[in-house]
Amino acid sequence: MEIELRRIEKHFGPVHANRDISVTFHEGRIVGILGENGAGKSTLMKILSGFQPADSGEILIDGRTIDYTGPTAAIANGIGMLQQDPLDVGAFTVLENFIYGGGDGITLQRKQAEAALRELTARFGFELDPYQPIDNLLIAERQQLEIIRLLALGVKTLILDEPTTGISAEQKLILFQALRRLAHDEGMIILLVSHKLEDVIDLCDEVMVLRAGLLIGDMQMPSADENLTSAVIADVKQALVTMMFGEELEAQSRGEIEMGSPVLEVEQLVVHDLRLDMQPISMTARAGEVIGLAGLGGSGQELFMRACARLQRVTGGALRFNGGNALSLSYRQLFHRGCIFGAAGRLEEGLIAGLTLTEHTALVADDNLRIDWKDMQKRTISRIDQYRVKGRATDQIEQLSGGNQQRVLMGLLPDNPKLLILEQPTRGLDVDSARWIWTQLLERCQQGTAIIFNSSDLEELVTYSDRIFVFYVGSVYEVPDANDTSIDELGFLIGGEFARA
Amino acid sequence: MNEEFLNTLGSIIGTATPLVIASLGETITERAGVVNLSLDGSLALAAVLGFAAAWTAQEAGVLDVPMQIALGIAVAMLVGALIALLVAFSSIKLRRDQVAVGFVLTLLAADLARFLGADFTRIPGPQITRFAIPVLADIPILGQIFFRQNLLVYVSYILMFAIWFWLFRTRGGLALRAIGERPEAAFARGAKVERLRYWYTFLGGALVGLAGAAYSLNVKPGWSSPPAMQGDGWIALAIVIFGGWHPFRVVLGAWLFAALRAVSSNIQTNGLFFFGQEINFPFVLLNTLPWLLMILTLLVVSGGFTERMLQYLPRAVQRRLRAFMRSDPPRALATRFERE
Repeated sequence: MEIELRRIEKHFGPVHANRDISVTFHEGRIVGILGENGAGKSTLMKILSGFQPADSGEILIDGRTIDYTGPTAAIANGIGMLQQDPLDVGAFTVLENFIYGGGDGITLQRKQAEAALRELTARFGFELDPYQPIDNLLIAERQQLEIIRLLALGVKTLILDEPTTGISAEQKLILFQALRRLAHDEGMIILLVSHKLEDVIDLCDEVMVLRAGLLIGDMQMPSADENLTSAVIADVKQALVTMMFGEELEAQSRGEIEMGSPVLEVEQLVVHDLRLDMQPISMTARAGEVIGLAGLGGSGQELFMRACARLQRVTGGALRFNGGNALSLSYRQLFHRGCIFGAAGRLEEGLIAGLTLTEHTALVADDNLRIDWKDMQKRTISRIDQYRVKGRATDQIEQLSGGNQQRVLMGLLPDNPKLLILEQPTRGLDVDSARWIWTQLLERCQQGTAIIFNSSDLEELVTYSDRIFVFYVGSVYEVPDANDTSIDELGFLIGGEFARA
Repeated sequence: MNEEFLNTLGSIIGTATPLVIASLGETITERAGVVNLSLDGSLALAAVLGFAAAWTAQEAGVLDVPMQIALGIAVAMLVGALIALLVAFSSIKLRRDQVAVGFVLTLLAADLARFLGADFTRIPGPQITRFAIPVLADIPILGQIFFRQNLLVYVSYILMFAIWFWLFRTRGGLALRAIGERPEAAFARGAKVERLRYWYTFLGGALVGLAGAAYSLNVKPGWSSPPAMQGDGWIALAIVIFGGWHPFRVVLGAWLFAALRAVSSNIQTNGLFFFGQEINFPFVLLNTLPWLLMILTLLVVSGGFTERMLQYLPRAVQRRLRAFMRSDPPRALATRFERE
């Protein structure tokens, strides 16, 4: 199979997402698609997989022009896409998900489907229980199921969008092994959209880079047989970054920050919910310190953070904030003492959809009975300047992009918090916005704010944390010095392999 | 077993039938991700128009009795289906809020039913007759309770099994559940989400109409003011929640509700005796009994205790029970599907 894209164009309103893109993908190759957020790589892949129509241009398979109407037509032509958040149905079982969308007949023919599912999972070394509900599965397992499902539908080209986010190193090894086999032994085309340069260099045969909707160029990757020293990898990485951003981004790191007295002291804290019984946790966060929490989603780090902010019931242990007993305080009282919690769901828990930026300013302003709207407007406009938000004071918050929403959230924080507890502060942001957020955060650390944050981006954890705590099904492992660890090591730790460290 | 007691159980099943059919209809609709809140009004309007059609045919003497009833049922189903279609249309095409539209339609249809029904108040019309199902009716106990009923009751049994089979045993059922849970995933697998939502809302509405006919042509024949089924639409909506969107549980819920209602009305007329001693308290409070019991059951079913108990059962049983005990609504309920 050979796929050729010819002169693909796509606009979203004023945004020119894909400009005149022509490219050919060959059988048996793993191709990485790189570019920063908004470069147009997701758009291009959605066009190829039928989720969005192109404005103009052609898609040819083995020289034949094809015309498709939707994702099912793309699958019928042998092209399937694995979304970052796999498009499955949470309430279905693994087997039902596998069956739905393929095969024909009126009844489900569970027996045959189960046999096919078991055979495919065994072939790739995946472990999936056909009768588990999808809701109980990890992202990695849902990906495995989706890959198997697409293969069963006869897909010959597999597109993967950020498949290594939120999965452990071990799961990544299994995934990459399966992908290599599909490409190199079975002649499939694998397209990998990713931000993670290490993964791309590790897995891909070649890379194409998009910038501002244009195809900037491509590059062969060193093959695994060659001696992949870290120096070689660093060179390739640098070259890729230069292609992606058109300039060399200097590595950001936290400078030397003087640490002060303890802000938050956690002693043998016991938290649990219906799904998870957690072992007692102890940690101390000092002024100016950044503590990163690693772990797959649902490993207990979210519970722990909420417990520290008094948003989750605590059943034992001690919690001291600024030397005083925090367990006797509510979140509201903690908030007024300078402990701020930032939820991962920006629009769900952090901001209020339907309210304007000015109204948000008024919400966090002093508790006067009457609101001085003129003053609020002025304050909002100055914040917009200061935080370089792309938006107006009268815009409703949901009209802003994710990066700008996060900037607004930062702008709404009180000036000198003692402790910031942040859930995934840069989730879904592009490199540039993420860096900006961290510049702001580190500035606050300089002034003595302690930060506790979690992230599924291991690089972010290693770059910005002083210490890292790894959560794995309720147990906790401390990495005492974040400078001493690597992304790879952290990858194994979040998969529960504490012995490797 | 006591003959009288069995007859009472049989009549409870009979009187529960409109509730059963209406709740099953709403179950289908909500499984597809649409909430049709117009139930209370559409039941009444379908009942009065169905009755009016059957009665008019009777007066004119055009059809024989079974066909008069069939006409009444057809009209009632059409009325229910059309109102449901309005909900679907304003939500899918006009992008209005389903809850708001359904609510307004409830009030509109209920008032329209009273207005149109004024001329038909307290006049006898054609009525569905009972017939026992041979063989099955002779089963001890069960036969007497379940198989000496009328056609609509038998239809409700068939509907229950058919909907269960469709939902959990067919590809079409997977698509139906998927469009109510995660329409984006259904779309990616080739489902025509909006068309399917129209269709299942229409179908569910037709069943609500059938339930309306079941009141005016069977349970309490004719039309009275205030209508006999007033409030039952809301009850049916509650039963769907109580039933966890599962046809078997929904039907059990409707039967349970009817049974409790029978108990409370019996006590209200005959008084309550305990060892020959009459007990007195405001019996009107008994009307709340069904609701209290529902809340209690929901608490037990969705609580962590049940989840823990389940773990001690064999895996195959666990699996079945879990599907049966589900208490979450379809995740995309009352939301719009936006294609990217």
